[in-house]
Amino acid sequence: MSTDLIEPARPAYRQPSWLRRHSPPYWLSLVGGGWMLLFFLIPLASGLIVSLETGNPVSGYTLTWNWHIYSQLFVHSDIPYMTFFIRSLYYGIATTILSILIAYPMAYFIAFRVSVRWKSPLILLVLLSFFVSFVIRTDMWSFVLAQQGFVITTLHKLHLVSSNFHILGTSNAVIGGDIYNNLPFMVLPIYVALERIDRRILEAARDLYSNGRQVFVRVVLPLSRAGIFAGVLLVFITTVGDPVNSSLLGGVGTYTIGQAIQDSYLTNQQFNVAAALSTVLMVILGIIMFAYATIFGTENLENLV
Amino acid sequence: MSAGALPGNGGPVFDPALWRGLTQRRMSRRDALGVVGKGAGLLSMAALLASCGIAGSAERRGAANIDWATFWKDQKTTKQLNFANWPLYIDSDHGKTVSLELFTKATGIKVNYQPVIQGDDSFYATVEPELAAQEVTGYDLMVITNGWYFSQLVENGFLNELDLSKLPNFFEYSSPLVKNPSYDPGNKHSVTWQTGFTGIAYNTKMIKREITSFNDLADPAFKGHVGMMNDNVELGSAALLRMGVDPVSSTMADWKESTKWLEKQRPLVAGYYDQSYISHLENGDTWISQAYSGDIFQANLSGYPHLKYVTPKEGQIVWHDNMVIPRQAQNALSALAWMNFYYTPKIAGIVEDWVSYVCPVPAAQDYILDVIKDPTVANSPLVFPSAQTDKLSHSYYIYRDYNDYQSWNDTFNPIIES
Repeated sequence: MSTDLIEPARPAYRQPSWLRRHSPPYWLSLVGGGWMLLFFLIPLASGLIVSLETGNPVSGYTLTWNWHIYSQLFVHSDIPYMTFFIRSLYYGIATTILSILIAYPMAYFIAFRVSVRWKSPLILLVLLSFFVSFVIRTDMWSFVLAQQGFVITTLHKLHLVSSNFHILGTSNAVIGGDIYNNLPFMVLPIYVALERIDRRILEAARDLYSNGRQVFVRVVLPLSRAGIFAGVLLVFITTVGDPVNSSLLGGVGTYTIGQAIQDSYLTNQQFNVAAALSTVLMVILGIIMFAYATIFGTENLENLV
Repeated sequence: MSAGALPGNGGPVFDPALWRGLTQRRMSRRDALGVVGKGAGLLSMAALLASCGIAGSAERRGAANIDWATFWKDQKTTKQLNFANWPLYIDSDHGKTVSLELFTKATGIKVNYQPVIQGDDSFYATVEPELAAQEVTGYDLMVITNGWYFSQLVENGFLNELDLSKLPNFFEYSSPLVKNPSYDPGNKHSVTWQTGFTGIAYNTKMIKREITSFNDLADPAFKGHVGMMNDNVELGSAALLRMGVDPVSSTMADWKESTKWLEKQRPLVAGYYDQSYISHLENGDTWISQAYSGDIFQANLSGYPHLKYVTPKEGQIVWHDNMVIPRQAQNALSALAWMNFYYTPKIAGIVEDWVSYVCPVPAAQDYILDVIKDPTVANSPLVFPSAQTDKLSHSYYIYRDYNDYQSWNDTFNPIIES
């Protein structure tokens, strides 16, 4: 009786059902899972299925489990698809490495050497190019770098290059365009990783008699690994599949797998060929990324988010 | 964790277990994976089944065996015309289109002019589903280049046959170049809107000698400054013409033979370009290039007078953008009325003075010279070609069926894609 007086009346506490107690994390993952399903797994599966179909746009395509398409494309083909894959991977790797070399000092400068007041404007400057459409930006480079464009005419006037020198139509032009277009994807994650480093750790390193170089190599660089890792994922994947830079800035001998997929789908209407190439590209990228994540992946990648 | 989550006097707001559930992995993963897995399995099976097989255009042909005389008799006159065309392809004076205004004044038909066509392939893909379902596309008149997609429209029964008795002006004024074309015998489905030539253009500042032949595209002196087209129809046709073969009557053996020259020429080529070939030519990246006559005419007027178009002595390609009336057009008679109205020296002249490709109405030359007083256009051999140029002009090869088209692609794509 006395306890009744002390304890105020409260509604009976009902034990939530098992489902209610255990399902929330899965409910919450539903959106992400649905996204993956809709935009990754289903397209991947349907791409694989379409690649196994035979036919043409007039009579239609039917599923015949034509696995031969893969050997046809890579072994006995007039068109060297394997070369396109290797070339695209080369562009991807070159772009990624050069982007790190350019982006890291930029991110480092903004994170450590600039007063707080200037950080946002500088980050905005990094992102500024995104205010203009990707294709238009790239096409503008082909005007700037053209034979009678500003860059080459200046170099000619200074007698720095021979009259035959050209930039457009070379692999270097394509890689340059890839770097230009993807640089912000490298700068931002590295900047975020650097920004998160506790400055007292750097002081501690100095207190323990590290010189500047040692602080960077043994403290800053390892702590920003997650940023580099995220940047590599973003830049490498976009570059390998990109058809735009190679078609706008490239020439003969810069044809990439992205262009091959685009042309076989849109121009030649060989849906099965396009699907087979995309599937192979996805699988190759998947394997490379998985290997990369296993070897270099960091546990604190999620800290960036 | 906020205090509100703790059970207090206000009653339990949140079960702490819920928080744990949110943050920790506690429950049987297998159960949940089973549920998610089954759902995913069902969904992806559905997707798989849906994607099994893609219907071809042959299964979706329009109605055949139409009595066109009755069809045209049953058509009712309307006061509306929906006209789909390419951008910048009709006269325009501060937003006003005089030719269309004159048409409205003469006939009372209002024209809804839509410059929506960016490419034959993409526009065909846009209207094909509606045409296949025999639904209204919303267009009464469309402009399509002769080629694979034009032939597809005809073959699939997506076009109305024209009532030629309503086109007296076409027979009176049209140039022989556009009458009874090989891709549409007897003008059964189409009359030409504009014609164009594909030949060679070069930069007279960089190349001092006279360019006369396709073989000049393979001159080692121009290494790295030769532009070719990545449209395999243009590329292949040029190679065939160079061999002295008329593309229309070419055979697969000719195609194979012609690629030898293209392969030999490849190391000299700067790039295989789409429409951007013209900016590469203007920018000096390329000195000599395959080119459309109309583009060079426009470039000459807009600051690049040093570019010169030549008809190679082996011949050039002539192509036509054609006005066609899709099935289920709601204003088919209006479309015919416009076709007839267009084929007069006055209206064709007004359009031509602005568009300046190749005019299908030769008499428009006098109209442009005497009435509009624009001798640049009127006297240009690019807009009003001589009979000599006409003789050197050849049409594209016409594909017999898809396999034929595929063989062409298989022959010439390896040149472009490598």
